[in-house]
Amino acid sequence: MTSTSDRSSKRPELTIEEIYRAEWGRLQSLLVSRTRRLDLAEDALSEAFARAAQRWPADGVPANPAGWLYTTAHRQVVGRLRAEAIAGRKAPLLAVRPEWVLPGDPLDELADDRLQLILLCCHPALPQESRSGLALRLVIGTPTEQIARLFLVSPATMAARLTRAKKKIVLVGIPLGAPVEEELRSRLDEVCRTIYLAFTAGYAPGAGPDLLRADLSGEAVRLAAILHDLVPDALQVQATLALLVLQHSRRDARERNGHLVTLAEQDRSLWHHHEIRAGLGLVSGLARGEGYAEELRLQALIAAEHARAPTAQATDWPAIAGHYADLERRTGSAIVRLNRAVAVGEAEGPRAGLALLTELGDLLSDNHRVAAVRAELAQRAGDFELARASFRTAIDLCSNDVERSHLRARLAGSQHP
Amino acid sequence: MVMSVVVTGPEVEELTVKYFVLLAGYGEMTPWDELTPAEQEAGMAKFLAFDEACGARPGVEILGGEALGDGSMATTLRTRGGEMTITDGPFAEAAEQIGGYYLLDAPDLDTVTDLCRVLPAYDIDIRPVLETP
Repeated sequence: MTSTSDRSSKRPELTIEEIYRAEWGRLQSLLVSRTRRLDLAEDALSEAFARAAQRWPADGVPANPAGWLYTTAHRQVVGRLRAEAIAGRKAPLLAVRPEWVLPGDPLDELADDRLQLILLCCHPALPQESRSGLALRLVIGTPTEQIARLFLVSPATMAARLTRAKKKIVLVGIPLGAPVEEELRSRLDEVCRTIYLAFTAGYAPGAGPDLLRADLSGEAVRLAAILHDLVPDALQVQATLALLVLQHSRRDARERNGHLVTLAEQDRSLWHHHEIRAGLGLVSGLARGEGYAEELRLQALIAAEHARAPTAQATDWPAIAGHYADLERRTGSAIVRLNRAVAVGEAEGPRAGLALLTELGDLLSDNHRVAAVRAELAQRAGDFELARASFRTAIDLCSNDVERSHLRARLAGSQHP
Repeated sequence: MVMSVVVTGPEVEELTVKYFVLLAGYGEMTPWDELTPAEQEAGMAKFLAFDEACGARPGVEILGGEALGDGSMATTLRTRGGEMTITDGPFAEAAEQIGGYYLLDAPDLDTVTDLCRVLPAYDIDIRPVLETP
């Protein structure tokens, strides 16, 4: 219970922001569950927060802020439903599974249906490019403009994408309701893929000041943390969170003066070491799994090797190369092969790395990173002709200005080994 | 697309959606005509099992469903500039492998995808039927 004098001493703006971060997803999931109107629930909750921002500074924060927000938003939805009924329009409701159980009383702070909301947003029948955006918008409340920035599209494009996805959910009857056992496992795989996609989008080089959007990758880390709270026993979820926390801990070292900084050149004092400790703790608890969970675990183990090395030179490359070999056996992915070649190049020498790249053949022949890695390995092996030719190929294939200028500088330097 | 509404409480309405389930491609299956009689019989058993599974599932009803003649039996009509032409079909190459369809009433998409696991492993396209306003 908060007394009036306590309330007035708080900074209401900050409080609303904190409540937004802490409660948006839970309130949204309960509104969606109870009203079964995906379209109205989102607008209504936004409106409730807008009203809170208007009133709370003057009136004080109510004793149960989440309850106030829920009631205000729910009233909004009911008002819209009444207006629709009067106009004789009846919009379709969100489908629910027959065995679905309505979550507890929304005014009880334990009532939570976020897992259902996450599963809904990440349903495999939705277009891949919409799932992550929808999950960030509905579960975390990330503004649409920011989601657009994360995925390097215009806000109008992202808004249209989210609207289409919500419409598809309702029209095709993608249901709310807990999948069980085997199905939940495969659905959680999809959720983890979606979260990882949102995370990596923030590290895909963009244009101008938006070279990296690590702040928005942080939203994906939050989503992973929420999922981990909801299903702490799921292996793929544990591995996703570990992987994301470790990769994200390097965010402040990845960019300098508008340029990407490679892992080897990063100032490791800029890494967030308390996050690394948390990530390493999660990794140490990871049990061997199968399928996608095991792929994620191996990636987390690789990230952990990098994170625990005090200097680039101290990196345990043989361990990393081993994890990549395991990962390649499981995925058959050419990208994994490429990363393995880098690790093997460090562990066993550049010739061994080049041999792995040769086996790639024409796979990924249009990917500038293959040429760039070949160039770097050839340079170190003393094959400057191959190095220069490969740098040129990489420059031709690369579409990002910043990376291209980096490659040009490497080509220029390659004349004088 | 909303077929029926049963009000069981203020916020617990049971809705069903009408779905068009198109057996759209052979996938890894051998075309029906090339199957041995024994294999066709095994295929038929799966269609019957699908009927039974639908009947056993609450809220699910098969409203219709037929096997269709193959692509060589298709006739395509095109109207251009007001003129209709009749040609040997099908309209699109992808439509050659269409083998049949079901029209189902079901509570949700997941129920339909789950039931379709019982069918022979054709490539399947599921669409909601839009409600006429």
